Amino acid sequence: MIVKEFAAGDSLIQRLDPRVKIVVATLFSVVVAVSTQWVVLVLALALGFCIVQVAGVPMKELIRRLVPVNGLITFLWFFLPFTFEGESLFSIGPLVATREGVYYVARISIKSNAIMVVLITLIASTSIFTLGHAMYELGIPKKITHLFFFTYRYIHVMHHEYLRLVNAMKIRGFRPRTNMHTYKALAYLVGMLFVKSYERAERVYNAMLCRGFRGRLYSLSQFSMKTIDIIFLILMLAVILGLVVLEWTRIA
Amino acid sequence: MDVTFAYPGGAPVLDELNLQLHQGERMGLMGPNGSGKTTLLHIIMGLLKPSSGNIEIFGKTVRQEKDFRSVRQRIGLLFQDADDQLFTPTVLEDVAFGPLNLGKSQDEARTVARKTLASLGLTGFEHRMTYKLSGGEKKLVALATVLAMEPEVLLLDEPTAGLDETTEKRIIDILKGLDLAYILISHNIDLLMEATHRIGYMIRGKVSVDEERIPHTHIHIHEHGRYAHKHGLKWPDKKY
Repeated sequence: MIVKEFAAGDSLIQRLDPRVKIVVATLFSVVVAVSTQWVVLVLALALGFCIVQVAGVPMKELIRRLVPVNGLITFLWFFLPFTFEGESLFSIGPLVATREGVYYVARISIKSNAIMVVLITLIASTSIFTLGHAMYELGIPKKITHLFFFTYRYIHVMHHEYLRLVNAMKIRGFRPRTNMHTYKALAYLVGMLFVKSYERAERVYNAMLCRGFRGRLYSLSQFSMKTIDIIFLILMLAVILGLVVLEWTRIA
Repeated sequence: MDVTFAYPGGAPVLDELNLQLHQGERMGLMGPNGSGKTTLLHIIMGLLKPSSGNIEIFGKTVRQEKDFRSVRQRIGLLFQDADDQLFTPTVLEDVAFGPLNLGKSQDEARTVARKTLASLGLTGFEHRMTYKLSGGEKKLVALATVLAMEPEVLLLDEPTAGLDETTEKRIIDILKGLDLAYILISHNIDLLMEATHRIGYMIRGKVSVDEERIPHTHIHIHEHGRYAHKHGLKWPDKKY
């Protein structure tokens, strides 16, 4: 649950204007998510790994983050090939795997890895506070920006509170079983977390009011578009546009 | 001030409470749990509205949110739980939050924040993550966030609760070194005697101040017979 960043590094990608990163990552994700052409998907994945190379993200960190996504995808590989109508590929007992099913899962695998790789390198290389301000500068509604920002800050506090409650239950001999007592106790736990979060939110808001908060978060850092940002933006937009054209014209 | 306050459906927590704080005065506040000490501070800041009575701050009666906005620039409240106060990921951004709200430029805010951190001996903390600090560090940073607004009065809600002796002493020394009036809530009578001019006791929704001075003497024993010892130097580090 602990969120780590590689925000400390200093590669070309990390020094980019956060607004550029958000725009590029969002456009890329949308285009890749709706694409179906093999060539587009493979190119997108290759592009993702190019960005990783430039950003100098340690391979170990990258893999560590890709594991959960691919865990879910492995699960899909077990089911989807057998649930699609189409040309039969092989069969296990009464179960028949179809070519269409396998293609479908393969597409999902490539898409999600391409998107994750780009998100990890572009977004996780930026501090949350900076991202929040960049979102605000891009005209994303204030409420969403604040929600995003406070979720990040207080998720640790909530996690600690959750652990405290769990420990309090454990030291009094609570062991989860399949019975009413367990369900009730867990319901109390969740309820308690809601109440505590609500009260915490109230106190935080009060503390902010005391320091003159009037609905706007100010940033300490000024964003500035440098030549390198513009070059990166144009280059990436061109590449993404290229993907769109490839997908649209169905050359391959 | 002279106020009454009750939480919905409860008996009054503050019952025609009357309290005055003079310029530059340091006042201690004691009282059992649930006696309304925190409520009192929140009413002064305008976070809670009294059901009746008057609050006069810096010579002006304050009533509405608008009035309290200017009050909050001049009075700083240190919350009981530092996690409520520190909400940005890094220390510097949190300390600069108040000055930025007051309309300072980014450079000014950064300068004020650094200066405040340095004055509390927190140089080098600027880019630490607020949620990874220890309890004592959180409290000091929370104090920095309040002091960065350059208030004239501080309201301190149990600033040393749960802290070790060294950190407690550090905070008290900082408070004593400030040129500010403050109200200090604590359960530690020795601490209040050291850091405040007078001590109010809060009970049944009222504050009573015992200002009578009672001279008295203590008998003491030289437990090592005729070997002389110097008085007051036995535990030089433990003044209270």
